[in-house]
Amino acid sequence: MDLTLILAGVIVFGVGAYVILDGFDLGVGILFPLMPDEVARDTAIASIAPVWDGNETWLILGGAVLFGAFPLAYAVALPAFYIPIMGLLLALIFRGVAFEFRIKARATRHWWNRAFATGSTLAAFCQGLLLGGLLEGVKVEGRTFSGGPLDWLTPFSLVVGLGVVGGYALLGATWLNLKTTGALQHFARRKAIQALGLSLLGLAVVSIYTPLKFPDVAQRWFGGTHWLSLSPVPLATAVVAVSLFREVRRGAQYAPFFYAIALFALAYLGIGISLWPHIVPPDLSIHDAAAPRTSQRFMLVALVFSLPMVLIYTGYAYWVFRGKVRPGDGYAH
Amino acid sequence: MDVLLLARGQFGFTVGFHILFPTLTIGLAWFLVWFESRWMRTRRAYWLELYRFWVKIFALTFGMGVVSGLVLSYQFGTNFSRFSDMAGPVMGPLLSVEVLTAFFVEAGFLGIMLFGWDKVGPRLHFVATLLVAIGTTNSAFWILSANSFMHTPQGAEWIDGQLVPTDWWAVVFNPSFPYRLGHMLLASALSTALVVAGGSAWCLRRNLYRGAGLAGLRVAISVLAVAAPLQILVGDLHGLNVREHQPVKVAAMEGLWDTTAGAPLLLFAIPDQDAQDNRFEIGIPKLASLILTHDPDGRVQGLRSVAPQDRPPVLPVFFGFRVMVGLGLVFLLLGAWGVWRWIGGRLETDSRLLSTFMVCTPLGFVATLAGWIVAETGRQPWLVHGLIRTADGISPVSAASVATSLVLFVIAYGLLLLTYLYYVFVLVRTGPQLPAHHAPAIRGARAGELADEVEPFVAARRTEP
Repeated sequence: MDLTLILAGVIVFGVGAYVILDGFDLGVGILFPLMPDEVARDTAIASIAPVWDGNETWLILGGAVLFGAFPLAYAVALPAFYIPIMGLLLALIFRGVAFEFRIKARATRHWWNRAFATGSTLAAFCQGLLLGGLLEGVKVEGRTFSGGPLDWLTPFSLVVGLGVVGGYALLGATWLNLKTTGALQHFARRKAIQALGLSLLGLAVVSIYTPLKFPDVAQRWFGGTHWLSLSPVPLATAVVAVSLFREVRRGAQYAPFFYAIALFALAYLGIGISLWPHIVPPDLSIHDAAAPRTSQRFMLVALVFSLPMVLIYTGYAYWVFRGKVRPGDGYAH
Repeated sequence: MDVLLLARGQFGFTVGFHILFPTLTIGLAWFLVWFESRWMRTRRAYWLELYRFWVKIFALTFGMGVVSGLVLSYQFGTNFSRFSDMAGPVMGPLLSVEVLTAFFVEAGFLGIMLFGWDKVGPRLHFVATLLVAIGTTNSAFWILSANSFMHTPQGAEWIDGQLVPTDWWAVVFNPSFPYRLGHMLLASALSTALVVAGGSAWCLRRNLYRGAGLAGLRVAISVLAVAAPLQILVGDLHGLNVREHQPVKVAAMEGLWDTTAGAPLLLFAIPDQDAQDNRFEIGIPKLASLILTHDPDGRVQGLRSVAPQDRPPVLPVFFGFRVMVGLGLVFLLLGAWGVWRWIGGRLETDSRLLSTFMVCTPLGFVATLAGWIVAETGRQPWLVHGLIRTADGISPVSAASVATSLVLFVIAYGLLLLTYLYYVFVLVRTGPQLPAHHAPAIRGARAGELADEVEPFVAARRTEP
């Protein structure tokens, strides 16, 4: 059995879980400064306070599994993206501590509001820079990164950065629509439409730019009968985007959030199709970067036992905190 | 400055900052388990007050640990990418298991522990507290296994430029791991006990929350009195293990340049790396040999036994060791003093004891950091002892990138630490008041035992129709 493929599947799943789960709580942070008032902000934070930490743990899992299962990819990609990764980490630090500090602060609360919003937005933007930089490719010589410190900085990666900010804002807005009522819900619906526009713009840029620039990607999508067999991906994306728009307009509670997740899943699938079988394009495939078999086996045993448990109790934690968060529901403990 | 020094400085700084928080959360999680179980058993309000107070400090500390720990999981790759490639097949799986069996457990149940009082029943809430404690300890298990491998690697061999695990059992339970794990868990217990003792002493000195203060102080002193002597024992065993596997590190700890039979224990000296000698030596003859070999004339290997480029920086290792051991002895005395006063029935009235405990609150962290400096600086010039040199493990990144992010980390962490300490002080000043909006949590408390702040609320509830 090809363990490399299974572990690649785990990374794909882990990163996907991260993007969707931390995506919505980062999105709440992105929308934070635009919210109508401080009561709305408290409610918005209360809706994510019990779960954000678990959401962010998927990012640590992604880093650790990449390190363990594809050490060469980890060793090449991290130095290549040194600056956006440091930016991402510093941003996540300030936004993470803001949860605890802002409820205790009085005079300096607006500073922690700012830290939360700026940290969330910067974290999302840096993740977009990483994605854009990765799609553009990383220079490798032998087993090390051989490019410059600013290789990731291109107009394309900046646009992808904005697209990710828009996408997370969409997840955040539809999450707030699901979890809140009244003025905040109203606000969330308005922002969902705007964020949808921004996300689709980002998606369009990636879809047009990458096949034009990279012959491999063009070949993957349009070579032979590929355009036909892969056509469900863009078609489904269009259907989901339209349905999302209509459900938000209709004032649906649950549907927009799940359509937003579907939109992310499809975009993610599209990126996966473009990249496959590379883990760090253009040179490193998942098999080039794979760890030795003993390491893979150890990780798989651990994953088989613990990942289902993680999913069960994470699901349980979400179940415990189900339902609408009312304004005034404290998240103090 | 060169990239090697900057990359090490950055990693050392961020890991040193990070370790402060798990040191407290690992111990505090078990204190909370104890407080909540006592509350469920006895229904004495002060146990609940203790829980509700320390869980706030726990949440704050846990948050700091999460954000500073996230940094580390990526810093291996950003700063030590060649090491990540070479040792990834060993280190990566261990860290992955840590995430899966520890971080997710903690994150999943912390929400319930903090915000779930009126969402789940009391038993389930206790289970959440227990699982968070198990999660924190699990995390220590796996990360220390990975760290110990860097000191005493076994169970892996070089294949195509990578360290490939051949026997996972041997990798996980490498020779220094059991000692390091025991040493760190005890360090965590001691540091937490000193923090809880300090906070409780503060309450008693100010004559606030006397029930919670006294109960907290008693638990802390019990832990201190057991863990301090145990730590000296485990520390000694750990030292013997280091002597077996990393004799040069021991030579640096002892400040011993020449291989000597009947080596003295240096109480003070200033080691000089370039001159390969010490200045201002004050020592007790033969004691180092006696401690390390259990024979006054035993031979102890000196630093000169290896080439200069194979020696660790002696000064930080030498002083770090003295700070750690000195504080260990202070903790032993503090525990003994506390027990003596407790037996005499004067624990809560001895103002000198209470003030001393307040002053000693941060000392556990000082000792822990000193110990980590001894262990990790003493490992130099190796990343993985005998297998990968630190200089061969760093990333091909520019010094400017590393230096800039180092400066940003120093500023950010400095700011965070100050804010953290400020809010800890605010929490301590506010005290363990039981909040009115968590009514189900205080249900069943004995009448007349709740803190003053809760009285009006309880009275209001009683008069409700």
